[in-house]
Amino acid sequence: MDPNPKPNHGISAYYQTREEHHAIISGDWLSQAQAAAAAGHPPERPPASAAALSAASKPFSVIDEFNHWRRKPDLAEAVAAIMALVAGIRSSDAATMMELEIELKKASDALKSWDTTSISLSAGCDLFMRYVTRTSALEYEDFHAGKLRLIERGEKFGEISLKARRTIAMLGQDFIFDGCTILVHGFSRVVFEVLQLAASNRKLFRVFCTEGRPDKTGLRLSKELATLGIPVKLLIDSAVAYAMDEVDMVLVGADGVVESGGIINMMGTYQIALVAHSMNKPVYVAAESYKFARLYPLDQKDLEPALRPIEFGVPIPAGVEIEKSARDYTPPQYLTLLFTDLGVLTPSVVSDELIQLYL
Amino acid sequence: MDMRRPPRTVSDPKVRQVGFVTPSAAPPTRSLSDAPTTVAAAVAASAASASSPPSGEISLPGSSLSPVMIPPPRHASSDGRPSAPVAVPNPASSLRRDSLRIRVGSYNASEVVLGTPPSASPSSRTDNAASEFSDETMSPWHGRSGTAKAASSFPGSSSEMIVMKTGVGGGGGAGSTPKSPLTTASVVKTLPGISEKEREVLMGTQNDGAGASKTLKEKTTKAERRALQEAQRAAKAAAKEAGAGVKPSTASGSAVVANTKQGKVVKPPPQKKDGPQIAPPSGSSEKKVVDRPPEKDRKKDVPAPRMQFDDKHRVEKAKRRAVVNQFEAKNRVELFRHLPQYIHGTQLPDLEGKFFQLDPMHPSVYKVGLQYLSGQISGSNARCIAMLLAFREAIRDYSTPPEKALVRDLTAKISSYVSFLIECRPLSISMGNTIKFLKNRIAKLPDTMSESEAKSSLQSDIDRFINEKIVIADKVIIRHAVTKIRDGDVLLTYGLSSVVEMILVYAHEVGKQFRVVIVDSRPKLEGQVLLHRLVAKGLNCTYTHINAISYIMHEVTRVFLGAASVLSNGTVYSRVGTACVAMVANAFRVPVLICCEAYKFHERVQLDSICSNELGDPDVISRVSGRQDLNHLDNWADNENLQLLNLSYDATPSDYVSMIITDYGMLPPSSVPVIVREYRRENLWI
Repeated sequence: MDPNPKPNHGISAYYQTREEHHAIISGDWLSQAQAAAAAGHPPERPPASAAALSAASKPFSVIDEFNHWRRKPDLAEAVAAIMALVAGIRSSDAATMMELEIELKKASDALKSWDTTSISLSAGCDLFMRYVTRTSALEYEDFHAGKLRLIERGEKFGEISLKARRTIAMLGQDFIFDGCTILVHGFSRVVFEVLQLAASNRKLFRVFCTEGRPDKTGLRLSKELATLGIPVKLLIDSAVAYAMDEVDMVLVGADGVVESGGIINMMGTYQIALVAHSMNKPVYVAAESYKFARLYPLDQKDLEPALRPIEFGVPIPAGVEIEKSARDYTPPQYLTLLFTDLGVLTPSVVSDELIQLYL
Repeated sequence: MDMRRPPRTVSDPKVRQVGFVTPSAAPPTRSLSDAPTTVAAAVAASAASASSPPSGEISLPGSSLSPVMIPPPRHASSDGRPSAPVAVPNPASSLRRDSLRIRVGSYNASEVVLGTPPSASPSSRTDNAASEFSDETMSPWHGRSGTAKAASSFPGSSSEMIVMKTGVGGGGGAGSTPKSPLTTASVVKTLPGISEKEREVLMGTQNDGAGASKTLKEKTTKAERRALQEAQRAAKAAAKEAGAGVKPSTASGSAVVANTKQGKVVKPPPQKKDGPQIAPPSGSSEKKVVDRPPEKDRKKDVPAPRMQFDDKHRVEKAKRRAVVNQFEAKNRVELFRHLPQYIHGTQLPDLEGKFFQLDPMHPSVYKVGLQYLSGQISGSNARCIAMLLAFREAIRDYSTPPEKALVRDLTAKISSYVSFLIECRPLSISMGNTIKFLKNRIAKLPDTMSESEAKSSLQSDIDRFINEKIVIADKVIIRHAVTKIRDGDVLLTYGLSSVVEMILVYAHEVGKQFRVVIVDSRPKLEGQVLLHRLVAKGLNCTYTHINAISYIMHEVTRVFLGAASVLSNGTVYSRVGTACVAMVANAFRVPVLICCEAYKFHERVQLDSICSNELGDPDVISRVSGRQDLNHLDNWADNENLQLLNLSYDATPSDYVSMIITDYGMLPPSSVPVIVREYRRENLWI
């Protein structure tokens, strides 16, 4: 078996684990949702996981390592990438900083080419590489001290990413006022944390969850919000415009934040933003700064498409094509503000931050 | 990971200073009673900052500096000296002279397209703190009463700086003040009765603080001076009535008297009670005087305003110093009077004849100047490189005269070259940035360096600049741009841009399948050059004129455009017609990509194409080659009612621009100030 299995053709690797994490429900969704909640995670399907178990016996592979980390539900993709790179440093027998850098570069390129559709994966790799080059430029008394420092930093990153989420929740919950109605789309850990914090601060608000087809992530979010005692209403994805009149703000997460200040997120975000914009409702985005990517899509087709299977419940007639793309690009003019761990930003500041980080 | 700097408070204006920021940026907190000053002020203020209440700052005397006046590129503030014609033959080698001769001889007179202004030598420009243009933009009532008192209350010497300062400080929004050409006309027409001198004398006698008046009068705008006169007239009237104190206007009138008298000697206390029209300007200006750092520091960060060619007095002065003889065009376009408008085609023969008289001019600089004049070199990159190479040669042949310092003398020399080049054709923004770079390098030369070392270091600096900022920058831009070209694309470009041409050729070489639409416009028809080159390389091209833009845009998927400059509000300053193309593309939802090297970025903000532009030869738009029957405009200059306008550039608002591709990557237009801020400060950029 290929030690580094390519993700299934037609399905983006990113969405394979998302399915696991977000407890996919199909068919009789309610019963299965409950079953999924009870079981924690549905049985593991991707072939990559098998390789990860036997990783110890084999020579180090950054991709196995990445897959290993990726299967932890609380860990973001970018964090998993950095963890994998840190493991790469640890197992490396490079003797100089330069050598280590070259090795790391190779590893991050391998990771990036393994799944070209994941934005936070490549953003995480870039971020860590940037850090390594900056650190190596510093004067270290000896190479091992530098190496240890890198490992330490990398391991702290998971913590930092959790802290970033908390920061965002703190900033974001200020925007939620008593009696407001919030429309959310898909399941985003950051968005959930914002709502959670707002609820724990005894704010009274109402949430509209879209269904989020095809993986129905909205169902999961609605369930978790309901357990917190927040009034939730579930909408089908096509009812967004119908419900927008009642909505006070739209709050979404992001897979990636691009240089123009726009976001790449689950399919349907763009149309929600368009509807909200035309009805003058604010659209807020909650995203950690490690999702900032040096990408600049000009239109929807200017992205590497991330594909995923779509269940229609009935057999598809022959000769009918299916749009399988899993995400869309929302241009910055439809976004109001971004809640990030760097602060509450307007879309145009994203580029500023990226320039300062990467140039 | 916390490799980033600690998260800054993003909204903190002290951290996020972009563009023109005055050192003491904190706006004076003014009471809202200032608001009723003028409508214009309110408009300007609301434009400047939608959130803050209309503060009096904008209606300061500073606002009498025209809101449209935009600080010119910094190079203009240099200490250039006009080259005095001396009848000593040029010490250039005969060989070089010959070659130059040949070039000049081969020049075809019909090619003359662009005119040349006798622009002010920079030294005269610095004391043009105030320009006539300011009259035009003010509402007359405001100009007469409001500003005057403030002006009069300043110590003469510092008034200029204050005027400039505030103008720049409010610069963000000031440009949007409604500007009426009608007032322009009327103001201009009412003045010519009194000559500048007479008025000054008049003023001098009227001023009670005679000592200060001498400096004062030179440094105030006409508006201010006129306002001052009126104030004094009012003051006299008030003084007559002073004892009685009958009329309601008296109160304010006498206050003015006090103002004008005190102003020369001591700074009067803030006079908020003076009355709504007077108090806000003088009061806040007072604050300015107190708050500002010493004048020397201020002078540095405020660029001198550019020469306004509707100021007759100033133009006369400039003309006396000019090397190139030029004649003003007869029917000048009213709205563009502030730009140089000359009869084209007359300068070149005159300049050719002067070749041996222009002693201080290095032959290579002279050659480049002639090439600018004749239009042989155009395009901002080409002009920039030509200028740098000429300077390089001049530096190579330079030797420090006895008893002079290299740093000073060479800077002066370069400045004189630059003012010669400006006479040949107004500088482009990119050239301004380049000159600034070169002067900076000269100024930073260590004293200990020997002359030959200094010269060689400067030459290598110039080479490095050309290589890094232009050649390699272009390569990076090409690499980025090609990632945005997909198979099956239809790319549209307008006119001739060297970097767009390279992008298209490179994309073709790497095997992308695409089609090119070249849009062109009269009178330059530069697109034909591009068409010729691309077709020769085997690209699939469509050629059309700008009239067909709305038809052709249907099939286009990407628009690639070049730029002469990108300003810090994201406005793209480029060949006239670019704005039209970008606007149509935006309407059709076609992405517009601007390709521009970062050395062309400028911190200036421009909102329209009027205040800073270049005017071409009006004759070329009146004539159509090959169409003898279209002779309706043959003697257009004889008709006073007819003015032909041949604009060279226009400003494309950033709304129509999807992306700017620079050597720092692909950026949204809103990131231009970031590049300017980050790289100018560290001196990495220029």
